[in-house]
Amino acid sequence: MNKEMDLKAVVAQLRDGMTIGFGGWGPRRKPMALVREILRSDLKDLTLVAYGGPEIGMLCASGKVKKLIYGFVSLDAMPIEPYFRKAREAGAVEVSELDEGLLLLGLQAAGHNLPFAATRVGLGSDVMKYNPDFKTVKSPYADGEVLLAMPAIKLDVALIHVSRADRLGNTQTDGPDPFFDGLFARAADKVFVTTEVLVDRIDAEYSDKAKSQLFERCFVTGVVKAPLGAHPTASHDAYGWDMGHLKDYAASATEEGGWQRYFDQYVKGDEASYAASVGGEAKIRALPLPIF
Amino acid sequence: MTTAKEFTLAELIVAVGAQAWANDGEVLATGIGPLPRLAAGLAKLTCAPGIMMTDGEAYLVEDPIPLGPRGDYKPKLSGWMPYSRVFDSVWSGRRHAMVTPVQVDRYGQGNISALGGEFQKPKVAMLGVRGFPGNSICHKNSMFLPNHSKRTFVEGEVDVVASVGYNARNWPEGAKPADVKLGVVITDLCVFDFNGPDHAAQVLSLHPGVTFEQVQDATGFPLLRAEGMTTTAAPTEEQLAIIAKLDPHNVRATVLKGNPSGVRAA
Repeated sequence: MNKEMDLKAVVAQLRDGMTIGFGGWGPRRKPMALVREILRSDLKDLTLVAYGGPEIGMLCASGKVKKLIYGFVSLDAMPIEPYFRKAREAGAVEVSELDEGLLLLGLQAAGHNLPFAATRVGLGSDVMKYNPDFKTVKSPYADGEVLLAMPAIKLDVALIHVSRADRLGNTQTDGPDPFFDGLFARAADKVFVTTEVLVDRIDAEYSDKAKSQLFERCFVTGVVKAPLGAHPTASHDAYGWDMGHLKDYAASATEEGGWQRYFDQYVKGDEASYAASVGGEAKIRALPLPIF
Repeated sequence: MTTAKEFTLAELIVAVGAQAWANDGEVLATGIGPLPRLAAGLAKLTCAPGIMMTDGEAYLVEDPIPLGPRGDYKPKLSGWMPYSRVFDSVWSGRRHAMVTPVQVDRYGQGNISALGGEFQKPKVAMLGVRGFPGNSICHKNSMFLPNHSKRTFVEGEVDVVASVGYNARNWPEGAKPADVKLGVVITDLCVFDFNGPDHAAQVLSLHPGVTFEQVQDATGFPLLRAEGMTTTAAPTEEQLAIIAKLDPHNVRATVLKGNPSGVRAA
C-alpha cells in the first residue's frame, strides 16, 4: 500500500461542481500547495467549506467558486479576508453563513452518517433567515423543546495539511490546536493530505508522537509531500504565517488587475518557483509563530 | 484603596469592565479586543479570582497574559483549551464573553455580519456571524462599544441578527425563546444593561462629566434611568497599577481616539 501522490494527481481527481472542505483555521495550517494547484487548473463551480483563510479568498478571486459554506473567512490580523469581502460585496458567490459551532455540528453529523444534529445554536438569530432550508425538530421527550436540525455537511473531498505522514496514510499534526481537521476528514468521501515530512512508516520513526494523529488512515486517499506547503499560513511547529506576504496579497485586492498580478508573480509556475518567489526556504522556516 | 485623580477613559472602562465578571464564579472569561481583555485580566486579579482565562490561543492560564510582545516572559499553562473545547465551554454555559458588535438594538441584538444591501450582496461585508448565535443563546455576554452613537445603537433592528437578544418575534414557531443572559454594555459614555421593565435598556452609570441627555441623544432607542443611577466609579491607584502591568506597551492608549481623560471637561 502506497498512497503517495503528487499535487497534479490530486487535482486530476477533482471535478467541477464538487464540495471541497479545507482543514486549518483562518491563516493556520491551510493546504495552500494544493490550493495553488487548483488555481493553476480549469476547475470551476466549486462549493467550499471552511473555517476560512486565504484559500477561500484566492479561490474566490480566481472565479472558481459557486458557493461558500463558512464559519468565518479571516486572516486574523486582517479580520476580514480581502477577496472574500470583495466577492461578498459583489454578490459573486452564493453563501451559507453559519455560526462556527453549527459548522462543527454539520461536519460531525456527516462523519457519523446522520442526517442532522439537534442544537439550540442558531435559533433566534438570522442564521435561520439566511439559510431558509434549515428546519426545526421537536424533542420527542417530555420537554418537547423545538431545536434546529442542523443538516449534515457532506464533503466530496477534504484537503488537509499535516506535519508528518507515511505512505500508508498515517498522519501526525503538531501545534497547540487540532482545530477541526478530524471532522473534515470524517465528513469527506476522499481526503488528500499535504505533509511537511513524508516517511515510509510513521510507527518506525515517530512512535512517540502517535497521540498527535487527528484521524485514521482509512479516511486518507492520498498523501502529497509538500514541505512549506502551508505558506503563507502557519504550520506549527515548522514555520509561522507570513504576514508580510499576506499584506501584499491583501493589497492586490485593492489594485486594478491585482489578482492577475498576484497570480503571475507567485502562483503561475510550480511550488519550487513559488518558494523562491516568496523569499526561499530558509526565510519561510524562520517565520516566527504568532504570539497573542 | 486610593481613588485615582488622573486616569484615562480607557482605564475607566477597563476598571468598570472588570466588574462585569464579579459574581460569575468559575466560568471561562473571554474579553475580545484590548480593553475587554484587560478588563478580564483585572477581574481575575481583583474581584473575580475564580474565572478561567486563556493565553489567546489554546491553553488555560492562571495568571493573565500581558498584551503584546512578552520579552522573556513565558506563560505558565494550567490547562488546554483548543477551539473544540471552547465550543464545549460555550454550549455548557460556563462562559462569559465581552464582545464588540458593530450594531446593537433595543432588544440587545448584536450584528457583526454585514451592513446594508441584501444579505447575499451586502453593502459592507463584515466578519460574518462567527460564534455569536451560539454564544448568545448559551452563555452570558457583555459588550464594549468604543463609539456610542446612533450608528452603533440603532433605531430599528440590527441589519443582521448575529447575537440574539430579547426579541421573541425572531424565534421559530413553537420554540420557546432562550433564556438570554445579557450582562452590561459599556461604552465611551456610560454603562447600561437591558434589565429595565420588559428588558428595556437602562443606564446604570454615567462616566464622569457625561449627562443622561447626552447619552440619550446618541442612542437610537429610548433609555431609562436605572434606580440609583450614578457616576461610573473612578479606578483606584491599585487598579491602575495592575492595568499598567497587564498592558506594558500601553495598547490601551490606542483604542479610543485621542486617548481622552476619564473625566470630561464640562
